[in-house]
Amino acid sequence: MAHDTTHHGGATKRIWQVFGILSLLTIVEVVLGIIKPEFLVYTDFVALSLLNWIFIILTIVKAYYITWAFMHMEHESAGLRRTVVWTGVFLISYLIAILLIEGGYINDVYTNGYITWDF
Amino acid sequence: MDTTAVAQTGTEGKNWGGGNQPLKASYGKLMMWFFITSDALTFSGFLAAYGFSRFKFINEWPIADEVFNHFPFMHGVDAPMYYVALMTFILIFSSVTMVLAVDAGHKMQKNKVVTYMALTILGGAIFLGSQAWEWKNFIKGEYGAVETTSGKILQFVNTEGKRVDLKEFTPVAERTRTTHEAKNGLWYTSEKELMAYDVEDVKSAFKADSNLLVRTMDLNERGEKTVLSREESIKILDQTAKEVVLGANLTQNEYGAPLFADFFFFITGFHGFHVLSGVLLLIIIFFNVLIGTYEKRGSYEMVEKVGLYWHFVDLVWVFVFTFFYLV
Repeated sequence: MAHDTTHHGGATKRIWQVFGILSLLTIVEVVLGIIKPEFLVYTDFVALSLLNWIFIILTIVKAYYITWAFMHMEHESAGLRRTVVWTGVFLISYLIAILLIEGGYINDVYTNGYITWDF
Repeated sequence: MDTTAVAQTGTEGKNWGGGNQPLKASYGKLMMWFFITSDALTFSGFLAAYGFSRFKFINEWPIADEVFNHFPFMHGVDAPMYYVALMTFILIFSSVTMVLAVDAGHKMQKNKVVTYMALTILGGAIFLGSQAWEWKNFIKGEYGAVETTSGKILQFVNTEGKRVDLKEFTPVAERTRTTHEAKNGLWYTSEKELMAYDVEDVKSAFKADSNLLVRTMDLNERGEKTVLSREESIKILDQTAKEVVLGANLTQNEYGAPLFADFFFFITGFHGFHVLSGVLLLIIIFFNVLIGTYEKRGSYEMVEKVGLYWHFVDLVWVFVFTFFYLV
């Protein structure tokens, strides 16, 4: 029910602050996406370009702020927070890992196999 | 029955000792979180499947900047990302007004809740309209392309590497008949819609204009599409060109791999459906607020619950934005 109602004055301030952060991160993403700095695009780190790493990390940061501030996760009990977050994190990591590895494998078969797919 | 009772567990009075509400959340809110978690897994499944297909065709995937480069009232201007960035802002801002409505609800300020919810609904509606416009551009296509016998896509560029519209250099085919539809003539047989342009006309027009080159789907080591030489272009058109593709649908896609269009329709469509449901839910709750339902109930928790859903929709969009338009 109505969780701690003591954070009233600061609540609105916090909302606008988070809006500022989310906007800033989105602007950074869009600007990087338009400029595409050579250095970031053509430097790879663990199978991904640095630019893509930046995009993905910024996305997760944005997800954190939306969940914690807008969805009030920061005021929920630790039990609820862990139930939602860890379930998602573990299942999604597993799903992504297995599907991307398999996708890469099929790409190998297409490019290095004995059958041509472009006829 | 004393034997069945557990005398002591050692957790009495603690969080999980029983007899209290360890998660400190109401039933409704808890169920909304359950739903959000499972829905998050559904969207992850879609996005991971998108990643799978992209990794499978990593060397020939369409470049998003070339696909989504329209902006309203700026026809023919190459504006990658701007429009979708605007859509993202609209959705984030509607999330802000939503959370302001929830906050006003905590303070039992009915009028503020009404204003902020109205703004949220407006934001959601604008977002939906924008998405429809984005779909329209995607389906209609821009430059047109030729599909080869193995299902690859060949696009056209001039010698400076700029994209050339197939419809500009190819004459409209002279048809002596119309598309045969199931409702005419022999019943229950139909054919594929006759295109305004014929692949043979494309070939001859291409050969006549020495300024044209073919661009394949293959990405070179700099992540750009490969442009063939004039001889190779003519050769590949002669040997493999099968039919003209204009725009995108579920089986053909002038931008490249048909899977790209499938996932675009499916994921943004599923997300758009969530936004639509969210807008409808918001409208219902909005009218409930207006007639004072939650004022009488003494709690605006319903606004909070629909707010959770609305933020989730925004959260999903953040990921769709990254994986469809940025990465």
